[in-house]
Amino acid sequence: MNRLVEVRQNVLKQNDLVARELRQRFQNAGVFVVSLVSSPGSGKTAFLEKTLTLLRQNFRVAALVGDLATDNDAVRLKRAGAPVKQITTGTLCHLEAAMVSKALEGWDLQELDFLFIENVGNLVCPGSYDLGEDVRLVLLSVTEGEDKPLKYPTIFNTADVAIVTKMDLAHAVEFDAAAADENIRRVRPGMEILKVSSKTGVGMDEWLHFLSAAKAIRTAQQSVPSC
Amino acid sequence: MHELSIAMSIVEMAEEESDRRGGARVSAVHLKLGRLSGVVKDALLASYEMACEGTRLEGSRLAIREIPIVAHCAVCNQPRVVESLQWFVCPECGSPVSKVLEGREMEVVALEIEEVEACP
Repeated sequence: MNRLVEVRQNVLKQNDLVARELRQRFQNAGVFVVSLVSSPGSGKTAFLEKTLTLLRQNFRVAALVGDLATDNDAVRLKRAGAPVKQITTGTLCHLEAAMVSKALEGWDLQELDFLFIENVGNLVCPGSYDLGEDVRLVLLSVTEGEDKPLKYPTIFNTADVAIVTKMDLAHAVEFDAAAADENIRRVRPGMEILKVSSKTGVGMDEWLHFLSAAKAIRTAQQSVPSC
Repeated sequence: MHELSIAMSIVEMAEEESDRRGGARVSAVHLKLGRLSGVVKDALLASYEMACEGTRLEGSRLAIREIPIVAHCAVCNQPRVVESLQWFVCPECGSPVSKVLEGREMEVVALEIEEVEACP
């Protein structure tokens, strides 16, 4: 005889638990956390390098970068002059909250205004894992095609902001910006879309402005006393 | 392909639950899987079989109930089922919908446990 026993447990509860703890730590320390997801080669590291370089002029910034192997990205990002730590995942195709937590050991979060977490290049798996971030960016380069959001709707739907990268190549690859916007907003209505070139700096002002505004809103929300 | 690590978590959870019940044999695990969970059903089923190998769960069945995406339509002021992952619109009025209410679930809801005959 079989008997049905009710369990009701979230499969990712361990990750969600750690992510919740991280989010609380980030909030207590007043650090605004941004994670980045995209397919490999969409320009996450170049975008992050540019962002860290510009943001460092006015804020205290740091980054964690996830990769299956090598610390090439961390080495590149260190050129921006900010503290950077590599998370090597081995064979794992995504970052999990516990890896972020471990990588932060020894860092004083109070000393930071912004923390960036670059996920492993992958448009599928990172979508399922909360890392405790305030904002999740999904990057899409103009060379990947305007229909990418329709092919990977889940990751676009779980992200908060879309960044279209390599805009300096848009003309050469006949990128249809309106079609890309439409596809992004089909899978995530109302999504904020920013268009940038890490090479020429186009759109970076708008992006930095978005970041400081988002941080200010978060800080204001936190200072509202809750009953 | 993160289905294998997810399958391993499911097996681990079922084993813990079985331990709590004195090592009862689990013949099936019932899972709720949202269409927006980022997990592919067939890949999870194949991974589950692998994850069970050499464990107490070997030979058990993973019963998956797929959960549709339900979002709040601000125009109708009603929860609505989103039919296409490629197009988040209200099926009634055609307005874009962004507030997802259901469809991200990945939850073990129940286990089928084999009852051991009591000794006479």
